[in-house]
Amino acid sequence: MLHYLEMEDKVTSPEKAEEAKLKARYPHLGQKPGGSDFLRKRLQKGQKYFDSGDYNMAKAKMKNKQLPTAAPDKTEVTGDHIPTPQDLPQRKPSLVASKLAG
Amino acid sequence: MAISRGLAGRTVPEAADIISTVEFNHTGELLATGDKGGRVVIFQREPESKNAPHSQGEYDVYSTFQSHEPEFDYLKSLEIEEKINKIKWLPQQNAAHSLLSTNDKTIKLWKITERDKRPEGYNLKDEEGKLKDLSTVTSLQVPVLKPMDLMVEVSPRRVFANGHTYHINSISVNSDCETYMSADDLRINLWHLAITDRSFNIVDIKPANMEDLTEVITASEFHPHHCNLFVYSSSKGSLRLCDMRAAALCDKHSKLFEEPEDPSNRSFFSEIISSVSDVKFSHSGRYMLTRDYLTVKVWDLNMEARPIETYQVHDYLRSKLCSLYENDCIFDKFECAWNGSDSVIMTGAYNNFFRMFDRNTKRDVTLEASRESSKPRAVLKPRRVCVGGKRRRDDISVDSLDFTKKILHTAWHPAENIIAIAATNNLYIFQDKVNSEMH
Repeated sequence: MLHYLEMEDKVTSPEKAEEAKLKARYPHLGQKPGGSDFLRKRLQKGQKYFDSGDYNMAKAKMKNKQLPTAAPDKTEVTGDHIPTPQDLPQRKPSLVASKLAG
Repeated sequence: MAISRGLAGRTVPEAADIISTVEFNHTGELLATGDKGGRVVIFQREPESKNAPHSQGEYDVYSTFQSHEPEFDYLKSLEIEEKINKIKWLPQQNAAHSLLSTNDKTIKLWKITERDKRPEGYNLKDEEGKLKDLSTVTSLQVPVLKPMDLMVEVSPRRVFANGHTYHINSISVNSDCETYMSADDLRINLWHLAITDRSFNIVDIKPANMEDLTEVITASEFHPHHCNLFVYSSSKGSLRLCDMRAAALCDKHSKLFEEPEDPSNRSFFSEIISSVSDVKFSHSGRYMLTRDYLTVKVWDLNMEARPIETYQVHDYLRSKLCSLYENDCIFDKFECAWNGSDSVIMTGAYNNFFRMFDRNTKRDVTLEASRESSKPRAVLKPRRVCVGGKRRRDDISVDSLDFTKKILHTAWHPAENIIAIAATNNLYIFQDKVNSEMH
């Protein structure tokens, strides 16, 4: 009887073994993966934040070359140098909590 | 077996070139692809040459156009991708061809026409279109239509905008040829092909409180013959068949298709891998085909309790779910397809592999879509993934599968054994020369 119970513990499905691996790496992972947090992140796909006012100002300045502009400082990101939406890095919402937070 | 013809892409794929949808038209004469850059490319099958009757028509580029452009929703600070999510052909009703293409937010109706004649011999204008000196005109002539080089013209006839708050995942033309539906994560709308300023909402699963959200719509399709029936699939693995005659708002399903889950087998991944990524009615209209992360399933419309057939696509991934969750591959949305006689089903997998299952013989095969493995006119060789244990010479081990090479989009010619496979930025068209009629 005891022997049979020991066998049960060792034979876990590959899926459950993978789940154990995941929980070991991310102990704070929520219990319900299909829950609303996951779905709401999915619904927010494609969200990029940028200031449309600054973007339009920058576009207007590029057209009108006579305006004095400061020498482009590659490290500074203000005013004329607001990145265009195409330049924005993709903000992928991370589902798994950062290891630093763990 | 099958003979291939690969169409080249760049060696380092540009994001815009990634093919995002593939669709044959109703006769199979035309094949449309959409890509991440918002472009549509249409291929046409060359008519069979009388001199070489065994050399069946191959597909050449017929037309290409920019369907969607990137947009910004300033109010919500949202970028709207130009990526073409789906293309659906309208049944051909005259000399022109029409198709619907959609990105996340806007559906467009495109009309494709051919021009092979032009009028010549105008009275007031010369050949270049410049006005003639009227003193040189001494007699009147009737302009005559003369043949010219074929020109394919594409024009946007309708733009169906502002119908969706969330991202459109499916469109489906009704068999009535007058209406079509579009589905996003939470809602399905019914449109008339001629009316762009309004649509009817027929399914709405948005909860009053978004924190109560438990499932989203993943795909939907109209029944091929019954214009009142449609199906939609969910992220929880269920299918709902709805009848538009029953109510204006089809929130209550007519039939719910769900496979009971074994509670002892439940894991963190169960719900994610049960999410249905694609649903397709059979040509007969009697069955439905669904794809979830690890299997394809055939459902009988007359039986809601469970699928009648289940085929394992790549069960060996079950022991890799942890890393597939970390690299997001577990959320990949694979499509599935029926052949013309509903006897064989096909779906894509990783490493540029795709799988076919014969429903009658119960045999299955794994094939590869890659430049190295398929020279033009070469016969495709079956591949095998080994899971440890005995390993044959050409087997690939699970650990050396390339998960960046995914075949998400596949299409089968409506009548013949011709398939179109999208492998990232490359399109492969395979033809079965030996058995060209379906059997």
